[in-house]
Amino acid sequence: MSHSRYPTEPPDPAPCPPADKSTAQVPVARTAPFTLAAIPNPAEADALARAQQGDHQAFSHLYSLHKRRIYSLCLRMVGNIAEAEDLTQEAFLQLHRKIGTFRGDSAFSTWLHRLAINVVLMHLRKKGLTLISLDEAMEPTPDEGPGRSFGTPDATLTGAIDRLALERAVESLPAGYRLIFVLHDIEGYEHNEIAAMLDCSIGNSKSQLHKARLKLRDSLRTSSRQEARR
Amino acid sequence: MTENHHHDPETCAAFQAQLPELIGSGQAIGDHPHIQSCALCRALLADLETIAEAARQLFPVVEPPDALWAQIESAIQEEEGHAAKD
Repeated sequence: MSHSRYPTEPPDPAPCPPADKSTAQVPVARTAPFTLAAIPNPAEADALARAQQGDHQAFSHLYSLHKRRIYSLCLRMVGNIAEAEDLTQEAFLQLHRKIGTFRGDSAFSTWLHRLAINVVLMHLRKKGLTLISLDEAMEPTPDEGPGRSFGTPDATLTGAIDRLALERAVESLPAGYRLIFVLHDIEGYEHNEIAAMLDCSIGNSKSQLHKARLKLRDSLRTSSRQEARR
Repeated sequence: MTENHHHDPETCAAFQAQLPELIGSGQAIGDHPHIQSCALCRALLADLETIAEAARQLFPVVEPPDALWAQIESAIQEEEGHAAKD
């Protein structure tokens, strides 16, 4: 028998029902310590405001809304299901601790992603990777940068990239490049959103993404040549 | 289309230096004069587009296991229990 005060299962990510009709239309304006612009979805804004007041049902609703993208981010960054689950758990635990500090200076999803990214980067640091912080992730790394393509034309990628080969190539990227690639090309964030998440310029985001794709191209072509030799 | 089989590294370097901004801006780069004339840079652009498209198709957003929520709420309860004792 469960003694939990929490729902045993998070609700479906359908709009969170308001407490009653009298508060359904404008509950956030009276209670939320953040700007409405930060949460374009009124139901999510309501859930956030209630979660900030300690409402666990509302917190579970926020989990339902964001769990896929946060888990996917963690999974793509570490390439391991067990670690991704641990990191997702840690990210939402930190969200629970810090949710009262959200003031709406950025969109809530941006703020949550930034929190999750820091959890992931901290984990990578503990694993002994040289990357230490978001700032370092976004530092240009010219010495490690992929070579440009000025030489003789080489075989192009055929368009039929194998999933496993791409997974391996993504895992081999330096963490900073991998982060940008995951956020933009896999999760579908725009450069302005990534810049807000990572506290960098839009130009820096574009530049890092381009370098990530060049590195992936190098890796995929190398693995393709190795396959051809076998 | 005028092919340039004699690649001019300087021209390619100048074009490729602009690529992050050109790609990021969402412009139709296929119409760029350099792309029209340079097979090397055209191949590079095709590869980069292939990689981006493959990422979208091969890596869908993933659902975490249902049991994860139970672990999270248990951890929250534990933290709140510790906080209540302090």
